[in-house]
Amino acid sequence: MRRVAAAAAVCALLLTGCSADDGADSGRIRLRFQSLAWQDESVDANKDLVKEWNTSHPDVQVEYVQGSWDSIHDQLLTSFEGGEAPDIIHDASDDLADFAYGGYLADLSGLLPERLTSDIPRQSWETATFAKGVYGVPFLQEPRVLIANKKILDSSGVRIPTAGKPWSWEEFRQVTKTLTEKMGEGKYGVAWPLKEPVSATLNLSLSTGGQVFRRGADGKVEVRFDAADQVVPRTINAQVNTDGSASRTTLGSGGSDTLPGFFGGKYAMVPLGFSYRQQIVQQAPKGFEWQVLPAPAGAGGLTQGVSPQTLSVAEDSPHKKEAAEFIDFMLQPRNMVRLAKGDWMLPTGTKALADPALHTEKEGWSTGAALARDLRSAPAQSVRGYPEWKDKVATPALQEYYSGAIDAAELENRLVNDGNLVLSRYQR
Amino acid sequence: MTTLRTSRSGRAGQYVALLCYLVFLAFPFLWLISTAFKPPRELGSLHPTWIPNDPTLANFRQAFDEQPLLQAAGNSLIAALSAALIAVVIATPMAYAMARNRNRLSAAATGWVVVSQAFPFVLVIIPLFLILKNLHLINTLFGLIMVYVVWSLPFALWMLVGYVRAVPRELEEAASVDGAGKLRTLVSVTAPLLAPGIVATALFAFITAWNEFFFALVLLKTPEKQTLPVVLTHFLGAEGVADLGPLAAAAFLATMPSLVIFAIIQKRITGGMLTGAVKS
Repeated sequence: MRRVAAAAAVCALLLTGCSADDGADSGRIRLRFQSLAWQDESVDANKDLVKEWNTSHPDVQVEYVQGSWDSIHDQLLTSFEGGEAPDIIHDASDDLADFAYGGYLADLSGLLPERLTSDIPRQSWETATFAKGVYGVPFLQEPRVLIANKKILDSSGVRIPTAGKPWSWEEFRQVTKTLTEKMGEGKYGVAWPLKEPVSATLNLSLSTGGQVFRRGADGKVEVRFDAADQVVPRTINAQVNTDGSASRTTLGSGGSDTLPGFFGGKYAMVPLGFSYRQQIVQQAPKGFEWQVLPAPAGAGGLTQGVSPQTLSVAEDSPHKKEAAEFIDFMLQPRNMVRLAKGDWMLPTGTKALADPALHTEKEGWSTGAALARDLRSAPAQSVRGYPEWKDKVATPALQEYYSGAIDAAELENRLVNDGNLVLSRYQR
Repeated sequence: MTTLRTSRSGRAGQYVALLCYLVFLAFPFLWLISTAFKPPRELGSLHPTWIPNDPTLANFRQAFDEQPLLQAAGNSLIAALSAALIAVVIATPMAYAMARNRNRLSAAATGWVVVSQAFPFVLVIIPLFLILKNLHLINTLFGLIMVYVVWSLPFALWMLVGYVRAVPRELEEAASVDGAGKLRTLVSVTAPLLAPGIVATALFAFITAWNEFFFALVLLKTPEKQTLPVVLTHFLGAEGVADLGPLAAAAFLATMPSLVIFAIIQKRITGGMLTGAVKS
């Protein structure tokens, strides 16, 4: 019996101090800001800004809460359902549609100041606009760029592209062939990290005028795979299966997985998101020279699809006005620059984007900044049923096509026929 | 001699198989340790080495600087120890009742235990969240512990039922003849014989709670309440990009408490098993 009593005592002791602490102060507004910043500099920038706000706004105190990209959708969904969502929510625009249509997010249309609404370009606002309501403020975005081994490129004699004069997709294919021939056995002009092939393919296809999803006059969306949609997939397929100028093994890799081979001189170029530069700066061997090149262009120029990072306000928040004021503070041009530099991304705000710190040659900032005006809403993000189409139809079909297991006709058959069957269920 | 040779070669084969299995099990952990001590430039090397060329503690410093790891480890420890203790305290008498009283009720209870293991987390999380919210237990370790106890209880019960059935009834009948009541028999006679089973069950409940991520993510809102698995995800970025060095350092530290506890308890399980074997 003594043992049972001791166990109960230990149990009671362990539970001491486990009770709730709501920390409510009378008369003082408390807002919870859930940030997804994760890189050291980015977390510091966010925390510093929260601290600055709290110092200058004693009556509206903001609590910084660290979230995680890995599980944000499930976590927010549960929080919304339970009425416990953070007041201010950091997320990506392609995750907002379900929450916006579900009535979980506040329409910010009347809450944001003219300064902010006019500073961010229309195409960026489109990424967070659903059914005419604005459910997030897009503030950071990143284009896909080509990170290149400078020595290999310079010694090969190929033309170095610029944002003003980029490679066409056909020229890009030729360049990778040339590079592969000059680099020798077991080395490749490009390594495509296509573990997640759908968004990369769709977003880059905007440069060739590809749409894939077409919305009809009745508002219904259908999948098509016209010539303009096929340029990017056909180029990648040809590089892997016809020219041998793209590594087959990296097709199943994530971006980070290709970096050791890139640093080791196995690949001359890797198409990556702009923010990967931070990893390259950290991990590249001493003396390794690299440069940032624009992704190839087509009939649509340098246009690319992106899903910017956003700040939203929960519909259940009793302090929407104050939350919107905090967002306005966070996204003042100088603060937007701090956040952009912390995340190695580009700000959406035109004033922030004009900051000289984002136009230096060093680490490719100027190339990225030159691409910003051509970034558009990712084609899929407002399409209901897209996640299912992506997971069940497009991902396996593109993976098989890129590896050479199926041909273009079969790819088209699956993307269009199987895809439209999926979408039709969401559009009845 | 032939039999002996066969036996020796068979035993050698067993050891080789065991060694292969141990290497297979140890590989991820050893690679984690190696990664934790590598500077960023070695993490991006095309020819990675087991032993870092230039070992560093910078990843550990960065991990501690960036995230409240000690606080999170403390929260995890409280949640996991409490869940294990409570689960065992509740499950032991229940298991005894189910094992000793075989009737339709205990059969139904066993069936329910098995079925309850089939519910996926996402199915129960929203109703659970609402219940805990009404009880004002969101963002409390107490609420999380309750969830962990409920979640680990069915399997703990199932484990203990097996252990109870292995204890000879004759010992309890002898205690009864000596005048001991049901509770006295359970505490003084059966429980000591069940010790290895109780310890193994507690260990299962502890490790389940220590590693659990989803409930903790959803139920704990403020940084000072978050547990270690939740804090570890803060080293991950969008699309699976990771701050690999600090993540490995933090993950290495996160494995330590369960390894230490396992090492301590393992002797107890073995000792208990032997004791039980002699008595039976």
